[in-house]
Amino acid sequence: MHPKSDLPQGTLDLLILKIVALGPVHGYAIAQRLQQVSRDVVQVPQGSLYPALHRLENRGLLAADWKDTERGRQGKFYRLTRKGRAQLDTESASWQRLSDAVGLILKLSEEGAK
Amino acid sequence: MTWLGRLLRRRRAEEQLRQELEFHVEEYADDLIARGVDPVEARRRALLEFGGVEQVKEVCRDARGTRWVEDIARDARYALRALRQRPGFTAVAIATLAIGIGAATIMFTVINGVLFKPLAFPEPGQLVVVREETNYSTAYGNQWAFAYENYLDCRNEVRALALTAWRFSGGTISGSGVPDYVQGLQVAWDLFSVLGVPLERGRAFLEEEDRPGGTPVAIISHRLWQDRYAGKADIVGERLVYDGTVHTVVGVVTEGTSFLTDIDIVTPLGQGITAQLRNRNMHPGIRVWGRFRPDASATEASAQLALVGRRLAEQYPASNRGRTFIASPARPVVGTVGPTLWLLFGAVSLVLLIACANVASLLLARAVARHRELAVRAALGAGRGRLIRQCLTEAGVLAIVGGLCGIALAAVGLQPFIALWPGDLPRAEEVQLDWRVLVFALSVSLISSLIFGLAPALRAPAREVDNVLRSGGRGVRGTSRTLHGAFVISEVALAVILLACAGLLGRTLIRLSSLDPGVNLQNVMVARMALSPATLADPGRTRASWNDMLDRARSVPGVQAAAIVDTVPMRAGNNQLPYWASASPPPERERPLALATAVSDDYLGVMGLSLRAGRFFDARDDLTARPVVVIDDVLAHSAFGAADPVGKQLSMPDLAPGPVDVIGVVGHVRHWGLAGDDQAAIRAQVYYPFAQVPDRLVRRWSQLMSIAVRTSGAPLSIVEPLRRELRGAAGDQVLYEVRTLDQLASNSLARARFLLVLFVVFAGVALLLACIGIYGVLSFLTSQRIPEIGTRMAMGATGTQVIGLILGQSLRLIAIGIVVGTLGAIAASQVLRRSVDGVNAIDVSTLATMVALLAGAALLATYIPAHRASRLDAMTALRTE
Repeated sequence: MHPKSDLPQGTLDLLILKIVALGPVHGYAIAQRLQQVSRDVVQVPQGSLYPALHRLENRGLLAADWKDTERGRQGKFYRLTRKGRAQLDTESASWQRLSDAVGLILKLSEEGAK
Repeated sequence: MTWLGRLLRRRRAEEQLRQELEFHVEEYADDLIARGVDPVEARRRALLEFGGVEQVKEVCRDARGTRWVEDIARDARYALRALRQRPGFTAVAIATLAIGIGAATIMFTVINGVLFKPLAFPEPGQLVVVREETNYSTAYGNQWAFAYENYLDCRNEVRALALTAWRFSGGTISGSGVPDYVQGLQVAWDLFSVLGVPLERGRAFLEEEDRPGGTPVAIISHRLWQDRYAGKADIVGERLVYDGTVHTVVGVVTEGTSFLTDIDIVTPLGQGITAQLRNRNMHPGIRVWGRFRPDASATEASAQLALVGRRLAEQYPASNRGRTFIASPARPVVGTVGPTLWLLFGAVSLVLLIACANVASLLLARAVARHRELAVRAALGAGRGRLIRQCLTEAGVLAIVGGLCGIALAAVGLQPFIALWPGDLPRAEEVQLDWRVLVFALSVSLISSLIFGLAPALRAPAREVDNVLRSGGRGVRGTSRTLHGAFVISEVALAVILLACAGLLGRTLIRLSSLDPGVNLQNVMVARMALSPATLADPGRTRASWNDMLDRARSVPGVQAAAIVDTVPMRAGNNQLPYWASASPPPERERPLALATAVSDDYLGVMGLSLRAGRFFDARDDLTARPVVVIDDVLAHSAFGAADPVGKQLSMPDLAPGPVDVIGVVGHVRHWGLAGDDQAAIRAQVYYPFAQVPDRLVRRWSQLMSIAVRTSGAPLSIVEPLRRELRGAAGDQVLYEVRTLDQLASNSLARARFLLVLFVVFAGVALLLACIGIYGVLSFLTSQRIPEIGTRMAMGATGTQVIGLILGQSLRLIAIGIVVGTLGAIAASQVLRRSVDGVNAIDVSTLATMVALLAGAALLATYIPAHRASRLDAMTALRTE
């Protein structure tokens, strides 16, 4: 198994936006989801999620409501705002472009080495 | 949530943050328990994997973006606590700042009200002043008051502007009660609506009232309504006799309307139009103001005005050739107070700078004393930026408290200051503390805090923290000694500048007071006098009436001589007329001007003019005789050089069509006042007999005349008997603007005296602050040298030598300050010279006196700490190490 690597700068925000886009969700669930979908490849310390969430909330990309969970606790549920949706679209598009370009370059160098 | 919302609801945010993180840990623990982990172990692992809860909270707080405000609030609380612990230091610093900021705030409030505030009309930016402008200039310039006929043409043809007009008038109100002279205006009927002048009672004028033969109506001031009519409710409809005609009051102007502060009665312009006013060529002039009509632009207005100008120039070439009309933004008329205000503002700024330097040196001394505390904080992990911010916050807290005290000081001191202003401060009613003033005062406070807070703050320890801690925070490093020196130098320099200005003004005042005014100031009373309107209709009766009045005046006990005169020396008002001595007239635009004064025969004796040659007027000089004049020695010199002017002739087309005979020469009179006369552009004087004023002008001249009497005793004691004697058959003749010649002379120095008083106050404050500053700095520096002094004394230095050591240290600083200050004082004296009449270049003796005064005070301030140091016990001093 590869050692876990840190997330590239700025991608945590994108991942959070993507997860919240699927429906209102609280911080703990976001942490769980991150861990599942990234298949333990990336390491996100649970605590570092919250400053990012608060930053996104203060920038108006996320909104939050307090609701009861199945276990009967009051949780803070985040949802995407219109502004957040637009941000997600532009960021994922540019991420896609970037990763395509990086992939292309890596491929090139391998061929050149042959 | 907005930034402000987050700031205000941070207590709730804090609670929610705690809940949210708690929720996470509990959910995780529950999941672990569900997987079979022991509950206690589950919670431990949940907490562990979460990472430090407190650290996460810190980062989340940063994400809120309100962190710096919370820090400032905490720093401010800390600063307040620190300041409270040292009440002596705090009180001195706050008082110093309050004086500096308070004085600056007062000056700014006055400047704001007088110079900056727009006219107090609705939408003042839409108002314009329209003037006539010629494409040539004469000695009077190239801008002119309007001819009434030109105004009517512009009014009808310029569509972009709603034009209205007014002119000053005035007259006697009689009928019921004591007759009284009031200042008046004649206005076009729509002036109230065009400018937006509010009426508190009644209505404005109607269009049909604004033409010859209209019903005589008047609008009166709130003051006249209250004073003369005791504020009676049915004032509208009241009848009053104004200028000999019964007028019906139709309205009252709202109290405090600034356009009309000195005006008590307003009448329609169209009813008072005389043949003279109708003349496009020679006319007394009216003032024309306008307001842009909706959607009209300035370009349109100028184009339309120019078009009318061209048409009139073709139609009336004799009067209107080369003449057009221009509109400029309407501004408040404030005369010449601007330079005085800025001068005082400059002086106040110097005081404020001294105050800042003072507080800075106090803070610096404290910062050195607290060096150890700061070093400990640095050692505990506070960043340099954080420490600097802390120091600046402390300065800011001082500045804001000082600023608030300063604003309070300004609020209390504003009215006394305005009352002290010589004469009437224009627009005084606009001078109030408002939001602009508050913004100014607080900005000044904060800028000051930067000035005085930065130096101590930058000393915050960064490196060598261990050194500082080890040395016990006692050694004064070179940089701070240099800084302290800089403060002493700047305080001394600023104080020298203010002292030199005060000295220069004082010297100027002494010199001006000793000048010969050209008249005998003792025992002369002058007052303007309005003859009964009934007598003014006929020139013959008017002349006879004046002679009768002079006879009556002479009969009053205590009156030695009496005369009438139109323009009184050193009082506002003059009549400038062209003259020449050559046979052929010089080109119109190059003719010299002289101040012309119409007088009766006894004027020479009443005023005590000195007769240099020939004779003054007597009974021979009437309408049947050749026109004669008496000239002053200035005119004699410029027109005739060294030759004897008596018997020569002058051309003065405004006085007589042919030449006039010069029958005498008198000494020059300082007409423009003791201070202003030497610099005045027009100084030559010519007197002509009132008895020779032609019939057509007698009425106009009679409205301008003053009566002057020489008395045997106190001049004002004869005013009441004189007033009774001159009241006339109809009881409607009044004396007003009663003054003594002595008062007029004194008033002409009022500006210089006022400036002197203020500069003496400022210089005194500066001297005091500088001494406190020097004392503070030197005591501090000396206290830091106690161990050294102790060593020296232990080695055998005497008290005198120690005193010499300390004095030498401060003498050097004071000397540098004096040199810098002297250069500044020379520059400042140039400013004073330009803006105050009668000030000459600064002389060495004044400068030397002031420098000596300052050096003496500064040495005294130094001597106290030096003396204290010399009495030190060597052993005690050494033990402090």
